[in-house]
Amino acid sequence: MRVLAAMSGGVDSAVAAARAVEAGHDVTGVHLALARNPQTYRTGARGCCTLEDSRDARRAADVLGIPFYVWDMADRFHDDVVDDFVAEYAAGRTPNPCLRCNEKIKFTAVLDRAVALGFDAVVTGHHARLGPDGLLRRSVDPAKDQSYVLAVLTRAQLDRSIFPLGDSTKAEVRAEAARRGLAVADKPDSHDICFIADGDTRGFLAERLGEAPGEVVDALTGAVVGNHSGAYQYTVGQRRGLHLDRPAADGRPRYVLSITPKTNTVTVGPAEALEVSSVRATRPVWTGGPRPDGPIECEVQLRAHGDVVPAAVAVDADALHAALRRPLRGVAAGQAIVAYRPDPAGDVVLGSATITA
Amino acid sequence: MAYLDHAATTPMLDEALEAYVATAREVGNASSLHAAGRRARRRVEESRERVAAALGARPSEVIFTGGGTESDNLAVKGIFWARRDARAERVRVVSSAVEHHAVLDSVDWLVEHEGAQVGWLPVDETGRLDPELLRAELAGDGDRVAVVTAMWANNEVGTVQPVAELAAVAAEHGVPFHTDAIQAVGQVPVDFAASGVSALTVTGHKLGGPTGVGALLLARDVAATPLLHGGGQERDVRSGTLDTAGIVAFAVAVEAAVKGQQEYAARVAALRDELVERVRRAVPEVVFNGDPADRLPGNAHFSFPGCEGDALLLLLDAQGIACSTGSACSAGVAQPSHVLMAMGADDDRARSSLRFTLGHTSTGADVDALIAALPAAVERARRAAALRTPR
Repeated sequence: MRVLAAMSGGVDSAVAAARAVEAGHDVTGVHLALARNPQTYRTGARGCCTLEDSRDARRAADVLGIPFYVWDMADRFHDDVVDDFVAEYAAGRTPNPCLRCNEKIKFTAVLDRAVALGFDAVVTGHHARLGPDGLLRRSVDPAKDQSYVLAVLTRAQLDRSIFPLGDSTKAEVRAEAARRGLAVADKPDSHDICFIADGDTRGFLAERLGEAPGEVVDALTGAVVGNHSGAYQYTVGQRRGLHLDRPAADGRPRYVLSITPKTNTVTVGPAEALEVSSVRATRPVWTGGPRPDGPIECEVQLRAHGDVVPAAVAVDADALHAALRRPLRGVAAGQAIVAYRPDPAGDVVLGSATITA
Repeated sequence: MAYLDHAATTPMLDEALEAYVATAREVGNASSLHAAGRRARRRVEESRERVAAALGARPSEVIFTGGGTESDNLAVKGIFWARRDARAERVRVVSSAVEHHAVLDSVDWLVEHEGAQVGWLPVDETGRLDPELLRAELAGDGDRVAVVTAMWANNEVGTVQPVAELAAVAAEHGVPFHTDAIQAVGQVPVDFAASGVSALTVTGHKLGGPTGVGALLLARDVAATPLLHGGGQERDVRSGTLDTAGIVAFAVAVEAAVKGQQEYAARVAALRDELVERVRRAVPEVVFNGDPADRLPGNAHFSFPGCEGDALLLLLDAQGIACSTGSACSAGVAQPSHVLMAMGADDDRARSSLRFTLGHTSTGADVDALIAALPAAVERARRAAALRTPR
């Protein structure tokens, strides 16, 4: 096959490309330039899309002996990921930009362009399994598993995707990179959000959304317990940095329970009030089998690297409802709910949807 | 492989490579006082005389440098500094909108760091400068101009500028005129003295010499403040141990390129015309950029409506065809050409362009290979570009 390897400049995508070459594919490496001004994005150690990353990706392609190009996806990335990120926070939700980047950039903008240019598939260094049965499964490395941020992909997208790393642990990938002479073998993992250079998400949002002072209200008493300078600075489940004027009446710590953009109110309450047993979600994507008619028993995960709980999930055309068998804390609108079927060969992604309530 | 990117760099001539290797085997610093040093110095001075003779300059006007970018920087900044130091009100620079980045960015640097004021000369839709516009730019304010710089021939679209006329206008106001002739030497007749320019940039690797060596021809009555300080080589204008082997090979290449220029231009222009004709037949919607007549013999530059140049480059590269989209940013992203934008092209036309440049090793087989691959590549690139429209 003619395949396009998306190369971030990190160790995973370099080894993924190497394995695609070894599998006999005709591989072309592409680095995505996502920053309008590359200097403003995180440097190699912490994220992606800097000049250093571009150079690292090019060097890896050199070592593999494959053609290499840089594709300018900065405008698409800005519109579909960065603006979306800001708009979601403004709407009181908690977005996952990596998921959105997979959905809109890597497996739409890049994949579509690749297919139009005559490529058969896109190879990435994501840690997830995608075998001949077409099912998306968790990586063998639970700490590195990225099936959660890939579960949004449709059947058509998965059919043109190759994830060569799903059967390897991160340690194995690093060892293989070193063996292959790839200089990125020891490059630190990326963390956090690549387009927020200093890691200060609140500052980033404040710059774009401005100050919007409002009240912090206690859910139990209805009393105003503090003020905030922008509801977008809070995430459901957050405990630190609430800056409440006075301790709660019951003397126990307070957590953010919800954000109401309409009234610009942040509601706080005790830990147990965070517990959620019923989750509604929209825009379901169901790739792990036929769309269920009635409720099915499966496991669900509600945030990246979050807890997994059993649930009964029902899907209809544009909504998904999950009844959790055990309550979970910190369920935030805007995050994805991903349904898995436990499987000894790797838990299978059944589908996903965006949490609304 | 069909190498159609000779304007980026062209293979070394055999005689230049042999001269390089033979000289590089010899020890000797041209500044040393012993026999080995004298031998190296002799090679450098013989090379200086060969370059001067080939380009219509005096040997004392040849300053060897590390290549085109350095020569352009030395001319633009060095003449600016020297002229401003002589008279403080000379802070203006006049240049053109289609210069290479070595000139553009030098001028911008002077604006940002030295308080220079710049007048950018526009070009017409073929990329050509109008000497009358330079006259207007200098009229009444010529005393404040430190330097005028305008290229001999454009590296992207191949348009050859009326350099002698431009230089004459600058001379009317007593302003030194620098020209970047990197793409011109060996392609069109270039005579330093006859052209009337005060400073001229030439580099080795565009004419069959090595990369990393070039020269600034600088008229004896024009001062330039050095960029590099040190041992005082090259009239004290360019310090640094002379690259004897590089200079020898450069001189061999300059001499050969100038000597063979007419025959070369006739052969390569005929091949280029064939390429243009066949591209037009294969892709009828293609837009030919640059001056149709007054252009570099090896240059063919097109916009492919509905395509993105970088996609075309990838597809042609996969078929073994090397061409260019113009410049890329430091991260490697293809940028819309400032040259085409200055010629009045919109962003789409600028992004849809590709440059094919022929050179001394080009053959009809290169053109055949391009024509065999081009229609399918255009078809695919068009499909990919259509995706840019939001669905």
